[in-house]
Amino acid sequence: MMIGLIDCNNFYVSCERVFNPKLENRPVGILSNNDGCIIARSNELKPFVPMGMPAFKISPDLQKKITLLSSNYELYGDMSQRVFKTIQNYFHHVEPYSIDEAFIHLNEDQKTVGYCRNVQKIIKRNTGIPVSIGLSSTRTLAKIANHIAKKNKKHENTFCLDIHGPDFQHILENLPISEIWGIGRRLNAKLITMGIENAWQLKNCNPKFIEQHFSIVLERTILELRGISCIKLTDFYTSKKNIVASRSFGQSTNNLFNIEEAIRFHTFRATEKLRKQQSIAHAILVFLRTNRFHDRALQHNPSLAISMSYPTDDSREIIKTAQKGLHNIFRAEYHYHKAGIMLLDIIHKNQRQLDFFTYTQNNQLIKRNDNLMQVIDRINQKMGSYTIFIGGQTKKAKWHLRREQLSQRYTTRWEEILKLRI
Amino acid sequence: MVETEAASIHLVHPDTYGYCLPHIEMLVKAGFPSPADDYLEGKLELTKHLVDHPSATYYIRVSGDSMIDYGIFDHDLLVVDRSLEPRQGDIVIASVDGELTCKALAIKNNVPYLKSGNPSYPPIEIKNKETMIWGVVIHAIHSFRNRNR
Repeated sequence: MMIGLIDCNNFYVSCERVFNPKLENRPVGILSNNDGCIIARSNELKPFVPMGMPAFKISPDLQKKITLLSSNYELYGDMSQRVFKTIQNYFHHVEPYSIDEAFIHLNEDQKTVGYCRNVQKIIKRNTGIPVSIGLSSTRTLAKIANHIAKKNKKHENTFCLDIHGPDFQHILENLPISEIWGIGRRLNAKLITMGIENAWQLKNCNPKFIEQHFSIVLERTILELRGISCIKLTDFYTSKKNIVASRSFGQSTNNLFNIEEAIRFHTFRATEKLRKQQSIAHAILVFLRTNRFHDRALQHNPSLAISMSYPTDDSREIIKTAQKGLHNIFRAEYHYHKAGIMLLDIIHKNQRQLDFFTYTQNNQLIKRNDNLMQVIDRINQKMGSYTIFIGGQTKKAKWHLRREQLSQRYTTRWEEILKLRI
Repeated sequence: MVETEAASIHLVHPDTYGYCLPHIEMLVKAGFPSPADDYLEGKLELTKHLVDHPSATYYIRVSGDSMIDYGIFDHDLLVVDRSLEPRQGDIVIASVDGELTCKALAIKNNVPYLKSGNPSYPPIEIKNKETMIWGVVIHAIHSFRNRNR
């Protein structure tokens, strides 16, 4: 079997470039929510700005030479769907893995680099998004192949990593383990202290030893490096297990009314995401932060997790629980800088276990509430976010999303489609 | 669990609302099978009719008069399909030196160039310019009422 990984190149920047070709070959950066820091960079920007750099730290001189844009998730989400739909026309089994990556399974006649290069051209022409394709016998190796396809220009963004090929050892020896799928910072550090620094060394480790000292997932990674396909997508990634929504207030505050409002807003956003991935949450964590750069005596960073009486995706129920939590941890003598929530222990809706005693009377009610939530989501989708909201909301509240450099939502709003002067 | 006032809430599916027209309209008397049942064919969907490749299709609003001879007027809505191979005579969206524009693709002495639909706008030579065909215009929608549609 042959597995491929299709990855969009500099996805967010590429989306912006489709509708604004002037940005082509220029340094472009995308800012996080609230225009806080750099979360995506074009290749041209990479030498100047590290990933995650706060926008305010970029010197005014440099700012003049580069283009910084607010993240336009409406656009990126739609473009991502377009890319995946196009891929589906050419490969039977496509597993989207993130907003800009998908694994593909290839059958006999699709196995060639030539076929993939052709698909690559079609994706670029149809959607405007450039992609890289890595091919190999397992997902872990396909990821590595993709990495090589992008790094080395001569491969023209498509590379097939053959485990029987003459340069297989050489390639793995030159690949630091931090580049391997599923090896995070902590695991990386631990392996390096054991003298395992490159992919070839890891491949030659005893899988049983690794399983005992690390995890079964890392054991599988070793097998995958040897060409035995055994990692399922679900091993690393199902739907998000936690959903976080938080933001700094523009100014520190000890006004409970304002904080309540912020918590309501964040919780509502989080529950929207929760429903989008068809999940329900068992519990919610509410947290407040004072400004850590201020006087140490005035620090208060409380958090509290409260479990819901039953797992749910009902915004009203979860907001109620969140407010309860907030009232518990809030102290008026402190000025808070940031408030947020995290939805915990998220499971798929189908796994919902109903309370034995309340099942029959609640079943009807759950269905009705489900419908209500769906209607709210549809309306907000159609008429714009927060058309319908739970509880009051001050317009232009301080903690609202700041998106000052937002491009238009070219593909999801009629009012914002591309306009050309001809 | 939160109680709600409404007795029942239903989804209105966007596909069944807005851009569909009933194909056969007939009053059906209760109890009798409709003689038209055998001929029911569903609805006419304008989007489906106009758009062959949804994931490659984009909408663009134009202003200006440089394409009036081709029937593209100020404020028209263009339906652009990126998946089509541009041919001579196509109306295209092209990116010329990073600027997007709408022109006709023409060929003279084997050299492609971009042509306006208005004599007061000169044709654009493609050579020596960073030019890319962005997409092929497949429809211009000209509205007489609700010009913002």
